[in-house]
Amino acid sequence: MQVLIALVLSMLILARSAWAETIYVSNEQDNTVAVVDGVTMTLQDTIEVGRRPRGMALSIDKKTLFVAEGDDNRIDMVDLARRQVVDRLPSGADPEFFVVHPDGKRLFVANEKDNLVSVVDIAAAKVIGTVDVGVEPEGMAVSADGRTVACTSETTSMVHLIDAATLELIDNLLIDTRPRAAAFSPDGKQLWVSSEIRGTATVFDAATRAQTGKIEFEVPGIRREGVQAVGILMSRDGDNAYVALGPANRIAEVDTKTLTVRRLYLVGQRPWHVALSDDQKRLISANGNSGDISFIDLENQEVVKSLPVGRGPWSVVIGP
Amino acid sequence: MPILNIRLGLPDLSRMRLALTFLMLLAMALPGLAEPQTLVIGYLGEQRKPPLPLGPLDEVVTDDGLQGARLGIADDASTGRFLGQQFRLQQVILKPGETPAEAIKEFAAAGLSFVVADLDAPQLLQASAAPGAERMTLFNSRAPDDRLRQEDCRKNVLHTIPSHAMLADALAQYLIWKRWQHWFLLVGPHPQDQAMAAALRRAATRFGAEITVDQPWTFRPANGRADTGHVTLQTEIPAATQVSDYDVLVAADEADEFGAYLEGRTALPRPVAGTQGLVATGWSAVNEEWGATQLQDRFHKLAGRWMLPSDYAAWLAVRSVGEAATRLHSLEPTAIGNYLRSDDFLLAGFKGQGLSFRSWDGQMRQPILITGPRLLVSSSPQPGFLHQRTTLDTLGIDLEESTCKF
Repeated sequence: MQVLIALVLSMLILARSAWAETIYVSNEQDNTVAVVDGVTMTLQDTIEVGRRPRGMALSIDKKTLFVAEGDDNRIDMVDLARRQVVDRLPSGADPEFFVVHPDGKRLFVANEKDNLVSVVDIAAAKVIGTVDVGVEPEGMAVSADGRTVACTSETTSMVHLIDAATLELIDNLLIDTRPRAAAFSPDGKQLWVSSEIRGTATVFDAATRAQTGKIEFEVPGIRREGVQAVGILMSRDGDNAYVALGPANRIAEVDTKTLTVRRLYLVGQRPWHVALSDDQKRLISANGNSGDISFIDLENQEVVKSLPVGRGPWSVVIGP
Repeated sequence: MPILNIRLGLPDLSRMRLALTFLMLLAMALPGLAEPQTLVIGYLGEQRKPPLPLGPLDEVVTDDGLQGARLGIADDASTGRFLGQQFRLQQVILKPGETPAEAIKEFAAAGLSFVVADLDAPQLLQASAAPGAERMTLFNSRAPDDRLRQEDCRKNVLHTIPSHAMLADALAQYLIWKRWQHWFLLVGPHPQDQAMAAALRRAATRFGAEITVDQPWTFRPANGRADTGHVTLQTEIPAATQVSDYDVLVAADEADEFGAYLEGRTALPRPVAGTQGLVATGWSAVNEEWGATQLQDRFHKLAGRWMLPSDYAAWLAVRSVGEAATRLHSLEPTAIGNYLRSDDFLLAGFKGQGLSFRSWDGQMRQPILITGPRLLVSSSPQPGFLHQRTTLDTLGIDLEESTCKF
């Protein structure tokens, strides 16, 4: 009997360690990053960071969390083992969103106030280049091969494609009103861009830069103005795209082949961004107005829990 | 066609030169952009006597409206430069005694189709009736008068400034949401005060508030900035507000003659709302939500002061034209005019949702900010006020109530 219990316990521990996953959520009104255990779905810790933290990303080695602080004009580096800010990077003015280049050495940062994308050398802690883009740059994406960086500009209604090596503008594509997020498909063939005011996502062929489709989101019972598309995330296999619908309080799951909305998940109020668990079975949304995150079980297609994490949850990142 | 655009910590001048080079290269490099087309938008303003500042912190502003239109042109250009569309403002400021007809004639001769009419109601009506105006779209960016959306509505006028009815409804919804249902309405002597008071009475009836006291302001405005000004006001205001109990004092004082003296001096300890205190407005410098920080920053950089409601309304007008041109890939005026009035038109206005024009009276539907002196308090429509089409139409004159016939 004791052997059996020990066996079961050790299996549980094994299962648990295999599952171990930590969720980080930036709280833009609290100036904190919430640390959530992804298995038990409980709040573990809260890390104090700079003012108005929004965009976040993990370093390639997954040991450091970069946090963009719009009101402090910098990017904080959080050591995830110690759970505290250990260093700072310059970012240009008013950083909102950024991406870590696959080379692991550079960040591409949208400077909302200055109509620039700043390129930050992480090791040197220096801005090593800037690119002029449209008014109010916001969403950032980088292709998996690292060649192309995409930046949306909200007032100009465009996505700007930047050659990551030369920092030249490759192209500027018109998007529906107030574009927010951009995302490349994992195979690099598609570029998706959301429009907040129109509630749409436009899909481009990344090579020809021709528009190949558009998804117009609709939520039964919610007027057109209330359906807005913000954060976009693709599953690792590229089959699904998840789009946060802001004030409609929904996450849309989109079939990337047919560009049809498979289902809508009702989450907390005003979801901004989403993240996928490492096994791709669980989706987490950061809900700005209700101060919580929603856990969506994608296998059973249901929202299994909402967890208060602080005021103004904005972005969510999943680490080991 | 890649365009050289690398910058490595260059000083500002080099940055500017490079930015210019970038624009020139862009213009030369992109096919179809070699000869960008230009759309000229008119701005028709009036020289106004600047209001006497009520307190030492008040700025005297003489270019409100115009600066908003200028920023609109700059924002239009930001997309336009990628599409081969240029925008320019042609301005006429009427001197006292001048009528708008001459300016409209000038605009018509120059082939203009869109004019920001930063005018008071009588001048706006004159402008809309002037020869040549029938082929134009005038944007009312100044006059909140409900009659311009009702019996005096005009087919060639769109309104980007909110109407009295919209402001009053927005405030009423917030006060009802707060359950401050009993109002003490204090009304100034001017026609604009009366018009605002009428809108507030209508809003009270619509949303279930009760005006328990409805009084004209009869005191002669004292100069609060005289050396003993506060002493006089401290004595006079309690006397003027000596009424039976209420929840909130709602002031209708468009000329800003007495409303600001009320807060902290009323006989009963009650909040002040309306044209002063808690103010319903189309725009305010306190708004930094929905991405507005960037708009406020851009405006401040351009104008050296905060963005006022008339600036915002003029900005909306110019941006509306730009947005239509962007979506249509065209500067053709008839197409733009039709698109502006269509169901498909939606403008991003830094108030959380897309803005569009009502088909029945040409009013731009928009959220209304409820502001305190230093911070944003709320934004209407309030939760729970429902509508069969869009909750934005709970503010102002709805389709079923409209008496406008174009």
